[in-house]
Amino acid sequence: MEFFIDNFDLLRDAFLTTLSLSLLSGLLALVLGTVLAGMRVSPITQLRGLATFYVEVFRNTPLTVVFFFIIFGLPQIDFAVDFFTGAVLSVGLYTAAFVCEAVRSGINAVSPGQAEAARAIGLTFGQSLREIVLPQAFRTVVPPLGNVWIAMVKNTSIAAGFSVTELSSTLPRLVNADAGDLTLILIGVVAGYMLITLPSAFAIHRLERRVAILR
Amino acid sequence: MSTPVLFDVPGPQARARQRIGAVIGSVVILALVAFVLYRLARNGQLEGQRWAVLFDPNTGVPQALGKALLRTLQVAAVGMVLATLLGLLLAVGRLSDHRWVRLPVSTFIEFFRAIPLLVVIFTLYFVLPSFGIELSAFAALTGGLVLYNSAVLAEIFRAGILSVDRGQREAAFGLGMRKSQVMTLVLLPQAVRRMLPVLIAQLVVLLKDSSLGFIIGYFELLRQARSLVEFFSLEYGNTYTFQLYVGAALLYIIVNVLLSQLAKYVERRTRTNKKAAATPVAELPADVQMGGGGGVASRETI
Repeated sequence: MEFFIDNFDLLRDAFLTTLSLSLLSGLLALVLGTVLAGMRVSPITQLRGLATFYVEVFRNTPLTVVFFFIIFGLPQIDFAVDFFTGAVLSVGLYTAAFVCEAVRSGINAVSPGQAEAARAIGLTFGQSLREIVLPQAFRTVVPPLGNVWIAMVKNTSIAAGFSVTELSSTLPRLVNADAGDLTLILIGVVAGYMLITLPSAFAIHRLERRVAILR
Repeated sequence: MSTPVLFDVPGPQARARQRIGAVIGSVVILALVAFVLYRLARNGQLEGQRWAVLFDPNTGVPQALGKALLRTLQVAAVGMVLATLLGLLLAVGRLSDHRWVRLPVSTFIEFFRAIPLLVVIFTLYFVLPSFGIELSAFAALTGGLVLYNSAVLAEIFRAGILSVDRGQREAAFGLGMRKSQVMTLVLLPQAVRRMLPVLIAQLVVLLKDSSLGFIIGYFELLRQARSLVEFFSLEYGNTYTFQLYVGAALLYIIVNVLLSQLAKYVERRTRTNKKAAATPVAELPADVQMGGGGGVASRETI
């Protein structure tokens, strides 16, 4: 117990790092993923190809490898980033591919009549996407996007391997520091993740019920 | 699923506009690629002899990377087999008629789906020794992969078993089969066949996750590359750093893409197969594909 209390500050800071890492990369992934989804349904072939390429590459690359490229690769083109920024970039860029797929499935779920009506009253592609299709698509993709968010929170743990002091990294760190009782620390780490994921899951269910469209 | 068409067939004006847009877009992307190549070249990273180290057997690099690839595949293979077996057992357990089997199994599945894979691996590697159980990096990595993936696979198998038409089960019971016979002879063969594409997709995720071995120091591709970098930097400084990392990462990506293609091939075959044709196209939810720990249980599974 003493060991746990001694290291409580470390755990708290680690938790806050995990939280901010999740929020920042989540924001990046949401914005980039939505843009990519828009590109994948756009009239310009090159844009479609580019977005498809992006999604395929990132879905087939382990997140650890993405971290590798960002942390060790970027300095080779003179863009050194610090470890935290690197982690935000890696997790965000990786997750964007999955956000794109989720949003695209939502776009496909909007009934074709909506898009046709939008075209019929003379809206351009950008207008019908922004005003008609995406607002409806987002309502249907709340559950899959929520799952992506929760999986992403857990994926931030990989930053532990790249010198970011987030929740998981406290375990190997405290092993080296004169072994005390690690079990409580472990429970603390698991509880830290649950502190983010469980309220998220609850909020997602609430949101899903509120915005669901009856078809 | 058909994509709703969000745009009209372009007329001459729109076509011209799109062509201009496409040209500008291509130029921007080419400029970006050229910029990256220029920066790399300015730092001398594109010189042929630097890349030659990846292919020259005298340096020992190709052998080391080859062995590391083998070790990666080893972890993945052992993990795949064990996780599939354990996953099958868990799925059957979760569907059991006995509450004392069902409850612990459900708890096990939900628990391992709820925490990050890396925390499981860390627990096996760092926390267990304080209870007197020392695991090698290989055992900890495989153990973590098996525990987490068996929970995910169990849910996949369970969905497959539940998707088999009710009549099959009832007919089997009607023939006088026992519960174990109904499961092993009637339900599981059909379930596995239906779930094959999803199963393989999840095994690809497992292979991707084996890269976590890097973090606990298992000598898979990435860790091997790092150790080679450390070895070479004693003599040559950072001359070969970038090349070694890129080489290892590319190997990873190639293996992954090959397995994904296999998954797609199997999926096409299953779809054209009459016996499984009734199955709606099963797609893995995005959160499972992301690896490293799936989402929370959806409401239906609780």
